[in-house]
Amino acid sequence: MAIKTKDLIDLEFLTADEITEILETAKPMKAVMRRDIKTVPALRGKTVATLFYENSTRTRLSFELAAKYLSAGTCNISASASSVQKGESLQDTGRTLDAMGTDIIVIRHNMSGAPKLLGEAVKARVINAGDGTHAHPTQALLDMFTIIERKGKIEGQTVVILGDILHSRVARSNIWGLTKLGAHVRVCGPPTLMPKDIEKMGVEVYYNIDKALDGADVVNVLRIQMERQQKGLFPSIEEYAKNYAMTEERLKRAKKDVLIQHPGPMNRTIEIPSAVADSAQCSVEEQVTNGVACRMALMYLMSGGESLV
Amino acid sequence: MKVLSKLLLKGGRVIDPSQKIDAVADVLIEEGKIAAIEPKIDAPDAEVYDAADKIVCPGLIDVHCHLREPGLERKETIASGSRAAAAGGFTSVMPMPNTVPVADSPASIRYVRDRAEEVGLIHVYPIGAITKGSEGKELAKMSAMADAGAVAFSDDGRPVGNSRIMRLAMEYSHIMDLPLIAHEEDLDLVDDGDMNEGYVATVMGLRGNPPAAEETMIARDIILARLTGARLHIAHVSTAYGAKMIREAKEEGLRITAEVTPHHLTMTEEAVRGYDTNTKVNPPLRTAEDVEALIVALKEGVIDCVATDHAPHTIEDKVVEYHFAANGISGFETALPLLWTDLVKEGKLTETELIERMSLIPAKIFGLPGGTIAPGSIADVTVIDPETILAVDKNAFYSKGKNTPYHGRLLSGWPVLTVVEGEVVMENRVVKE
Repeated sequence: MAIKTKDLIDLEFLTADEITEILETAKPMKAVMRRDIKTVPALRGKTVATLFYENSTRTRLSFELAAKYLSAGTCNISASASSVQKGESLQDTGRTLDAMGTDIIVIRHNMSGAPKLLGEAVKARVINAGDGTHAHPTQALLDMFTIIERKGKIEGQTVVILGDILHSRVARSNIWGLTKLGAHVRVCGPPTLMPKDIEKMGVEVYYNIDKALDGADVVNVLRIQMERQQKGLFPSIEEYAKNYAMTEERLKRAKKDVLIQHPGPMNRTIEIPSAVADSAQCSVEEQVTNGVACRMALMYLMSGGESLV
Repeated sequence: MKVLSKLLLKGGRVIDPSQKIDAVADVLIEEGKIAAIEPKIDAPDAEVYDAADKIVCPGLIDVHCHLREPGLERKETIASGSRAAAAGGFTSVMPMPNTVPVADSPASIRYVRDRAEEVGLIHVYPIGAITKGSEGKELAKMSAMADAGAVAFSDDGRPVGNSRIMRLAMEYSHIMDLPLIAHEEDLDLVDDGDMNEGYVATVMGLRGNPPAAEETMIARDIILARLTGARLHIAHVSTAYGAKMIREAKEEGLRITAEVTPHHLTMTEEAVRGYDTNTKVNPPLRTAEDVEALIVALKEGVIDCVATDHAPHTIEDKVVEYHFAANGISGFETALPLLWTDLVKEGKLTETELIERMSLIPAKIFGLPGGTIAPGSIADVTVIDPETILAVDKNAFYSKGKNTPYHGRLLSGWPVLTVVEGEVVMENRVVKE
């Protein structure tokens, strides 16, 4: 079984071998998704609850479908539709799900550390589907799976993560996963959106996009949130795009076969113009498919599934 | 307070920095005062406490704590806080005015004193607010509060952001010649930060509170103290650069004093990993380099004294997402053994240096009775067991606040006797009813 700990909080706490095992297991899972009958009985009789304190369509749906393809029962709780609004604590909500016999709780929360807090309060296994600006491990897994599909391996690839690094849980989880598997990671964005001491995570920091893209194999373009501008972190959306948009012109600095990734949803008028978003080099739709496969693999292994590697 | 007729502390190692005493001796207490310190005292009519292998020193004084009453009694009361302080070896404490309502009037100051008197365990010297409601807009009635018994002024936790108001407060404080205690924080730079800005915050995805948020305000207040000649006491210094600025200000001869907490001397930001909200304090836990610099500053007298910033909270205030958790550590009952274990036992401070920084110096800064056991002085005495090792047990705290990141830590240097005005208020970790 790949996951030794009860909960999956972040790739930070997994070994390279464990990450590789999840990614390898995602391959047969993807094959399942291509069948006419897209279900396997791996999680029959188990219940997976998604507990989302933040709006998210694709991540929630991705987990829900992954659970269904594994024959698990599913239920969805959103913060707006539950006792959360009555002021119930996260732990109490979790204990309620526990008491109803939930096996896996998938949590999305706007506060860093919330999945760990939940995991300590419940018997169910907890999967982090994104917490604050901390971690989004399944996004990193699907990004890495997509790199392997396109490039054959992670090791030795030069991966640029571009945009608002400060607020990005996607960036942090990708950095852990990619560096553990031997990629060279560069982070690039405005200095006001660069977290302090991030170079100690084993990445190179760039404020200049052209330098960052030089010789890149993969560029992971992050979504820019409009409210960052309102908080004064950069002067205007136009100026952000001028300096950091992933344009066709700039892409020439990267390797010819560069792979463009984006966690979605995309701002086509800001960080990723349509010419790049719709190009064959961009893997946005594959990432969505691979997200389901990776989440199937993770839940399979967390439920005691035999290693398929 | 009720006064025992006579108490003889027999055969302890007496450490009194005020008299430069460090010797085995007997201490006789009579009618609430220190009657004599001699190598051997015979007092057949006195109750005898065997202090052999123990350290007898002036009662500890804490110049920065939160007793939460009135208004926040679910967190602590003057009664529970007094018991916790006595258990921790403290004979005098100075509670901050951030109660509900804020202690910004003579009536509020009198209320705290009266309640403490009713409880009758330890001395409680309240701190008054600098501005009305600690809103930072208009000066509070500092002079009237001083007459009612306030010993200092502070808008702790809600620093005076407006530099002109702070200047006026400093100028006004000359009437009383009492110190202003400044919680140094530029709230714009803090920007709702959760922990020290840096690598650990980055990895944990927690909002960073940069050292500069504290240091820019220390700089401002040093400059204003220079302008006004006021007495400024800088609360809970947490950064190396902050200590450096204080050193320079003192060298210039400004009337500046400073304190540091036990947690900023014994823990770093690394403790925040795992999101234990008991590590959430303000100012935040900093780096190992900061801790080292603070210890040196404390030893060299740049930082004058230790203060607990005892900040009790309920479980519900703490068992939440890190960002939502209240700031603070319940500190009375761990302060002495923590510093004994991590500083004295490690050879970073001598016994005398630590005792001086927890009794004599706080008394001098704020003009309080105590801090000395010279014959004739008030009989506030703490006896320390320097060797016995015990685990911190938050469930045994007298404080209502069980919020400590030190639960389970093995420590030595526990207080075993607290005497206030000649009366034993704590013996062997048990506070008298």
